[in-house]
Amino acid sequence: MVDTPGPLPVPTPETRPFWEAARRHELVLPRCRACGQLHFYPRAICPHCGAADLEWVPGSGRGTVHTFTIVHRGQRGFPLPPPYVLAIVELEEGPRMMTTLVDVAPDPAAVRIGMPVEVAWADVTPEVTLPRFAPARGGGS
Amino acid sequence: MSVASELRRLRGRVAIVGAAEADEHGKLPHKSAFQLHAEAARNALADAGLALRDVDAVFSAGLWMGSETAEYLGLHPRYVDGTQIGGCSFIAHVQHAMAAITAGLVNVALITHGESGASRVGMPGTRFGHDSFRLQFEQPFGLAGPPTGYALAAARHMHEYGTTSEQLAELAVSTRRWAQLNPRALMRDPLTVEQVLSSRIIAWPLHLLDCCLVTDAGGAVVLTSAERARDLPRRPVYVLGTGEASTHVLVSQMPNFAFWDAARLSSERAFAMAGVAHADIDVAEFYDAFTIVPIMGLEATGFCKPGEGGAFVSGGRTAPGGPFPMNTNGGGLSYTHSGMYGMFTLVEAVRQLRGECGPRQVPNARIAICHGLGGMFSAAATLICGTEIPD
Repeated sequence: MVDTPGPLPVPTPETRPFWEAARRHELVLPRCRACGQLHFYPRAICPHCGAADLEWVPGSGRGTVHTFTIVHRGQRGFPLPPPYVLAIVELEEGPRMMTTLVDVAPDPAAVRIGMPVEVAWADVTPEVTLPRFAPARGGGS
Repeated sequence: MSVASELRRLRGRVAIVGAAEADEHGKLPHKSAFQLHAEAARNALADAGLALRDVDAVFSAGLWMGSETAEYLGLHPRYVDGTQIGGCSFIAHVQHAMAAITAGLVNVALITHGESGASRVGMPGTRFGHDSFRLQFEQPFGLAGPPTGYALAAARHMHEYGTTSEQLAELAVSTRRWAQLNPRALMRDPLTVEQVLSSRIIAWPLHLLDCCLVTDAGGAVVLTSAERARDLPRRPVYVLGTGEASTHVLVSQMPNFAFWDAARLSSERAFAMAGVAHADIDVAEFYDAFTIVPIMGLEATGFCKPGEGGAFVSGGRTAPGGPFPMNTNGGGLSYTHSGMYGMFTLVEAVRQLRGECGPRQVPNARIAICHGLGGMFSAAATLICGTEIPD
């Protein structure tokens, strides 16, 4: 998709299933079997209750913009030239994650907190796929 | 015994007896980070009327071990604390030093800071592995240094409370007015709200002049017991209340993007220990890496309600002559900001309480608050200190 893939994640044991699912364009989330709560980023222990009995569940890939910034002074080596939109997305299932918003103008007038978004998979290398997000098709509510 | 009365037993037991900065600050490519530590330590000890050989505890935070500072100074301390929770670490060290001194483990505690933040001379690497959580889940999406993280909080604060860019700019302008009274401040030209708003956007909604300086600087403070402090040459600045807290590290893990939870936790402790009211504070030194930080800090520490911080700092209320003198050295925005600014809140509070501040002196300053930031609103540390121990 781009010439320079930029900083790339290297999985650790507790995050590897997330990144492997991402390569299949599936967003999966860790859920605690003891308390039922989901969390993100993935850990080997539930940050809500401390239990180590975790399972992976599929996420819908949908959420809303919790907050965002338009980055004008970018990071060296980052593949998208500034300005670009960096956002915290609150997933439909509850956890929040940091992401890049794509397919939207990098303009505070074009992005809105609460805006419905959906995952837009970016295959940045043959090994690494990133969950970027884009405005939900059909606009949502 | 209640928590407050338990904490109250610590009030006034130790004092800051020396405070100083490195010989110079600004852009110093001819000095290493450790040289800045050493200059500050030597100056603070001289200020205290003490020598390096009197120091038996070293507290230091950087991207290195606390013991490396001790080695550079030729010290063999019996107590070393390298707690690193971000730029407020040195304020947290005051609490740790108080604990060590009151427990009878140490006599003289030296807290030092030196950072070649601009010139990067003698600084360790800052690169995290690509399997660190921040490089897995934040960097690949475009997190580009501190301004981007703080912009995420500022945008949410504006969304929830209607805080405006003009209000953020007002804070920068009031802080600059203090800097104009401080000959050591690096940014002393007059500044207007319009100039802040027309400076280029770094990470919307933050402009260049919403962001702190990046400098080379150092500072140090010396603490000992209140009893010993009375035998030393300088007027003691008593530690009345302390608090520290940490809630997260990664930006995405911030529990509430419009409220600084760690600051509420640390300041509640400090006020409970000190037994003073907000109205008793004569001078405030609030960590200001970005204009949004003291605004959210004032809300979380209870000087105003959530959402009122923008109005609180407007109309020159924190400027010289205003009702709430804040960041009287010119702050990280206009005085200096090495990267871990917390030390400079301590040095300025001590100077204000000693009445050493010349044109920028707050009249009759008796009680000061230092409130520091760590990471991305990740941690906070609070110190309330004063010239006397309240009855």
